[in-house]
Amino acid sequence: MADSKISVEQVRHVARLARLELSAADEIALQANLSEILQYIDQLNRLDTSAVAPTAQVGETGTPMREDVIANRPDPEAMLANAPARAGNLFKVPRIIE
Amino acid sequence: MTSELNRMTIAEARDGLARREFSALELTRACLEQIKLVDPKINAFITVCAREALAQAAAADRRLAAGDAPALCGIPLAIKDIYATRGVRTTCASKMLENFVPPFDATVIARLREAGAVFIGKANMDEFAMGSSTENSAFGVTRNPHNVERVPGGSSGGSAAAVAADECLGALGTDTGGSIRLPAAFCGVAGIKPTYSRVSRYGVIAYASSLDQVGPFAKTVRDAAILLRTLAGHDPRDSTCSARPVPDYEAALTGDVRGMRIGVPKEYFVAGMEPQVETAIRAALASYERLGAKLVDISLPHTEYAIAAYYIVATAEASANLARYDGIRYGLRVDADNTGDLYNRTRAAGFGTEVKRRIMLGTFVLSAGYYDAYYLKGQKVRTLIRGDFDRAFARCDVIATPVAPTTAFKIGEKMADPLQMYLSDIFTISVNLAGLPGLSIPCGFDRDGLPIGLQLIGAPFAEETILRAGDAFERTGAVKRRAAIL
Repeated sequence: MADSKISVEQVRHVARLARLELSAADEIALQANLSEILQYIDQLNRLDTSAVAPTAQVGETGTPMREDVIANRPDPEAMLANAPARAGNLFKVPRIIE
Repeated sequence: MTSELNRMTIAEARDGLARREFSALELTRACLEQIKLVDPKINAFITVCAREALAQAAAADRRLAAGDAPALCGIPLAIKDIYATRGVRTTCASKMLENFVPPFDATVIARLREAGAVFIGKANMDEFAMGSSTENSAFGVTRNPHNVERVPGGSSGGSAAAVAADECLGALGTDTGGSIRLPAAFCGVAGIKPTYSRVSRYGVIAYASSLDQVGPFAKTVRDAAILLRTLAGHDPRDSTCSARPVPDYEAALTGDVRGMRIGVPKEYFVAGMEPQVETAIRAALASYERLGAKLVDISLPHTEYAIAAYYIVATAEASANLARYDGIRYGLRVDADNTGDLYNRTRAAGFGTEVKRRIMLGTFVLSAGYYDAYYLKGQKVRTLIRGDFDRAFARCDVIATPVAPTTAFKIGEKMADPLQMYLSDIFTISVNLAGLPGLSIPCGFDRDGLPIGLQLIGAPFAEETILRAGDAFERTGAVKRRAAIL
């Protein structure tokens, strides 16, 4: 690859943002993959989009409103059934405050 | 007789059950027998729900006996493992959710339950619906029932393979960039991605929320129409879901396409397409002319930019959607003595290679300094792609294209080259960016017996038009459904 679109330092930075622990091999593979994909994406720069509005949604416009009422029955057992660790009716996590 | 029940269409089984020629229990047993026989060869299922399916079938028989049979009473379906099913493990083909048992049903699952359907099992897929071949699954590759050395397409490859192999009568998939239409084409079955917002996504594990849509696979277009009628409709639990009334899609199948204007975009017939695919598509277009439809040359000039725009928009949304997998409330947890390491290690261990790649790409295009150059640019190109279709539909009622430039490729062929894999979706991906309905139907076989798919694209909410067109072609008998050889 002639010029990498993304450096290993950038890969590490993005991995921190994405909360992903990467091995050294992962970093090198991702640098190559992402560079190739970003190079491909660069073809979009052939298009002049200075006067084009972005599209975020293609559905029918508007956000529907509803009354602020509880529509589901709170069921702590169901909510906690998939918890990796629990203490009583709480999700257990590592200590955050010393 | 009983051993052949699993080969029936939904319409045939519905009539046979109504006439009490066989029971729902016999039908479900026939599907379970077929799974036992062929699934070791194709691996279409992550979880087979024999006990639950037999109980549902017995309940369906009681309703049939009482003369109170709803639309899909006793019909065995495969469900892509992306749908939350109450009490049944839902993995999204990821180690992250290997042991996740949802406490609730997705809206479409609840609708199918009400309609009396039987859930035969949870179908394999690319992890988090990211892939075009069903090779990115933590539960093994799914193989194409027409040739087990080939991929079934993805990401809903298990669903398509299960229908093609007669392990069920129909199936649910999802389609974000072609994930229903490509496997339908590769496996020789019908599959429809409805208009964005036509079907509720509540309880469907999210990949890219401005693109994801729910849809059925079936052995015939009629069956797809029957399933879509139950799936579609308003749901207050999905704020994007349309309140438009749901038509009787089956009633739209008149067989009459006289005067229908079928647009043929020149950008879809370019170098790189297998000649046998082009021949089959051209033959299908000629059939439509004989049926009285009119072919119209059209242009979708921004087609070549669709993949690039998609891999910005979809991965950006995915990076946000998949932030929820943090090892705290459900799913995998890799323990650590602080939450930061817990998140990082859990996500490193839980996600597969392709999912990590897309999270990384999506995080990058949204990151400070790159947002305008990539994310905003992608959204603007999306506007141009939509505009192409708006202009085209002023001149035609349906757009006909190949689903893919090739037939099913070999297992392993594209795994080392992610960009080549992404390019498999070159003909399907614009439809998601524009939010349109797209139907994939079999229109022939290549010399190796691999199915070729025709894509029929409609204007927003024109599902009836593309289903009518698909059904009319099917009725010509030009393509016989070919049972997979297993």
